[in-house]
Amino acid sequence: MTVESRRLDGNAAAGRLADVFAFDATVARTRCGGCGTTAPLGAHHVYADAPGMVVRCLVCEAVVLRIVRTPGHTWLDMSGTAALDIPDGDPS
Amino acid sequence: MSSRDGGMTFLSRGFVGRRDARRDAGRLPPGQYDVGDGFPVLSAGPTPRTAPEDWDFTVTGEVDGPVRLTWQEFQELPREDVTVDIHCVTKWSKFGTTWSGVALDTLLGLVDTSAEHLLAYCDGGYTTNLALEDVADGRAWVVDRFDGRPLEPEHGGPARLLVPELYFWKSAKWVRGLYLSGTEEPGFWETLGYHLRGDPWLEQRYAGD
Repeated sequence: MTVESRRLDGNAAAGRLADVFAFDATVARTRCGGCGTTAPLGAHHVYADAPGMVVRCLVCEAVVLRIVRTPGHTWLDMSGTAALDIPDGDPS
Repeated sequence: MSSRDGGMTFLSRGFVGRRDARRDAGRLPPGQYDVGDGFPVLSAGPTPRTAPEDWDFTVTGEVDGPVRLTWQEFQELPREDVTVDIHCVTKWSKFGTTWSGVALDTLLGLVDTSAEHLLAYCDGGYTTNLALEDVADGRAWVVDRFDGRPLEPEHGGPARLLVPELYFWKSAKWVRGLYLSGTEEPGFWETLGYHLRGDPWLEQRYAGD
């Protein structure tokens, strides 16, 4: 099985991101720090079988976000995210 | 550790490990399991595919004159065949893997430097940091052949680092050069919770281990 065929969509990161964010991060729109593409995090590409989870831009494959769980810690790198647009939750 | 040991035939009472576990009970670092004939592919991104004519290898940073080798020049360097055990931080180990390539001693011998650290950089943007003392004296290679064949892109071809004494994330795939420095600059995983050195026998998996 190729690396590309094992690639997941961004929703695969939902559980890990829910450990960190109080909102549903998969619907938050991110602007890629590499190419400027804006898309919901859930639309990006996720490489989940490495030592950590790597979310990459669906257009340019630049790293948008990385998250690693180590004993007692969660490590989050968002240096590839130029902006994050978080919709308000459903008021109903 | 650097060659296949066929002499270990004891069987621990009550041992219910994998097929070959008994042969190598003393060969597994703590917390690891023997993956047997498998060779897992773990990737943090898409697989780069660099053609030999577009490939080069550079040694830069705190050196007295940087070096750039073409694929052809790399091929003309002295070559070594090595058989080593490898240990991934995700807990699989693979015994007796056979590689061919150029020792880092040879590549670092092309420059004058007083640096104590290097950052390996790769196609796709991956990096990993290594202390020079951990890659000197026949302990690291840039390899372009595995199991007698050209290294496949999924396993890091055309060329990858091989640093078998450290966890396998240090054996960076698709390596394109070494940046030498007097200071330790953490690489891709080392900036995100993984250990700066990564000795599997000391189980240095995470920062602080």
